[in-house]
Amino acid sequence: MTAIDHLPAEPVTRAPGLLRRLPTSGVAMCGLALILVWVLAAILAPVLPLDPPNKSFYAALAHSAPSAAHWLGVDKSGRDILARIVFGARQVLTVAPTAAIAAYLIGCPLGLLAGYYGGWVDAAISRLCDVILSFPIIILYVILISTIGPSVLNIVLAVVIAASPGIARIVRGLTLEQRHLDYVAAAQLRRESAVFIMLVELLPNCRGPLITDFCLRIGYTIITIGIMGFLGLGLPPPDPDWGTMVKEGTVMISVHPYVSLFPAIAIVTLVLGFNLLADGLRELALKE
Amino acid sequence: MRDRLPVIVLIARKLLSVILTLLLASFLVFAVSEFSPGNVARKTLGPYAPQESVDLLYQKLGLKDPLVERYGRWLGILLGLRADPLQDPALKLNFVDPRGARYFGNFGYSSLYKAPVNDVIWSRLGATAMLAGIAFAIIVPLSLTLGILAGMREGGLLDRTISVFGIVATSVPEFASGVFLVALFVVLLGWLPGTSPLTTGGGWPVWSQLVLPVSVLVLYDSGYLVRMVRGAMVDVMNRPFIRTAMLKGLSFPQVVLRHGLRNAMIAPFTVILLQINFLISGVVVTELVFAYPGFGRMILDASLFGDISLIEAATLIALCVAVTTQLLGDAGYALLNPQIRLR
Repeated sequence: MTAIDHLPAEPVTRAPGLLRRLPTSGVAMCGLALILVWVLAAILAPVLPLDPPNKSFYAALAHSAPSAAHWLGVDKSGRDILARIVFGARQVLTVAPTAAIAAYLIGCPLGLLAGYYGGWVDAAISRLCDVILSFPIIILYVILISTIGPSVLNIVLAVVIAASPGIARIVRGLTLEQRHLDYVAAAQLRRESAVFIMLVELLPNCRGPLITDFCLRIGYTIITIGIMGFLGLGLPPPDPDWGTMVKEGTVMISVHPYVSLFPAIAIVTLVLGFNLLADGLRELALKE
Repeated sequence: MRDRLPVIVLIARKLLSVILTLLLASFLVFAVSEFSPGNVARKTLGPYAPQESVDLLYQKLGLKDPLVERYGRWLGILLGLRADPLQDPALKLNFVDPRGARYFGNFGYSSLYKAPVNDVIWSRLGATAMLAGIAFAIIVPLSLTLGILAGMREGGLLDRTISVFGIVATSVPEFASGVFLVALFVVLLGWLPGTSPLTTGGGWPVWSQLVLPVSVLVLYDSGYLVRMVRGAMVDVMNRPFIRTAMLKGLSFPQVVLRHGLRNAMIAPFTVILLQINFLISGVVVTELVFAYPGFGRMILDASLFGDISLIEAATLIALCVAVTTQLLGDAGYALLNPQIRLR
């Protein structure tokens, strides 16, 4: 008995976590820097010396090109493009992560259930996901938004419907890999409940690929919101929305190309930030 | 013979599951677009029709019936088992389909274009197929070449250059690259037309109208594919049999072409076919940017107008294309890799 009491526990050495090693990846840090620039701009928008984003400067319409008063010029209603881009960042940086998180809140449980229980639960969930994933995604968005109308809530809803099956499929695959490992059997022996095992034991062990997927998905959601704006199904006016700004600018692209160029550049840099971060994270995970 | 039978059973099972997917998906679209039955009659007749006609149509179409029953009727009309009630002269809608009221593949009547859906949809699908086909014919060899070049020497200068191209290309959505390309080649340089109506009225030959839309599709889609192919290639080049081939004294190009290439092609094969789905999505946006008279823009117009018959028909066709390519992907994957068999 005493021998067991004094059995030395083997020290567990773990590689430092993915996020701890983030600074070693140049690609990831580039991405993070791009994202931080936009996040800072979005947070500081009200205190920065910017014009009000929805105010029309009719005097500026005569010289709508970029100038000292309006650095990036004004749009067809005489509104300052720089101010609209910065305030648009607030919009997109709230809606896109919210939508991605909401999609994860639906997709993760579905994937866990399918992977953990298997059988008919898996069959039903996988079938449903297959159906939604077989749609060309943009058609799904167009049909949904044109039926339920464009608003922040509806765009989040559409992203959840379109993205959660993909997340469920990834989580299901990861759960299938993990569920026959010893630690799950040990948890079952301890009589942990199925919900506890899924959320506390399995889910954290799937986090590596999910963190990467989350970054990619935010980037893709930003593109989606941009596309919806461009198709005329974006966030309702007059508040600035990058996709809608690009759309409005295309009408006069032959005279004032910068009206759509600048918001398009804004979208590209933000998406590039998330894609670089995701790529860096993926490389780090592979090095493990 | 005993070996053959299960394959046939498997194929039959796969087909059955495809049909089930199509049924479920079309029901989903039907449910979303016909959710409020009052709207269906109103949308069919347009906003200025008198209320009596709307009520009459509501009666005639049986719109008070449950959703599943109405879906069954729609399916019946599509399969040619029932006559299309909209063509009933008693409704005074003037909906006339030269093919008759009852035939296989009857998608109904488009309220936006005031013509049978079958008269509207196929020419546009042809225009889109041409655009997507040309883009696909460029995307596949281009991304295979770039991906293999990048993946054969991991970390080299070529790899890093191509990888940067890949990640930037996937970060530029079609509408943004459309704006960039138009600003450069149309506004600044004036080399190419900014719209692609596929007619020569504007003084531009048709091929020149295709350059920019195809470029937009190629840029976005090849970025993703290049990264996929590169990943697969890097994976293969690190395997022991590549080292063996090198030690055998084969030259590097021979190792890449004979041993690397074939093994690296298996994973991207499915991705290439799944790419069709991305391509369809990209086509909608690209067609809007360049005013291209295609399928994608038609879907957008139909959705915004509320042309239910056209939306349902277009979605079903898009689904068929998507599901067929996925099926081909599965089959090709199984053929290329004997370790994987259809489930």
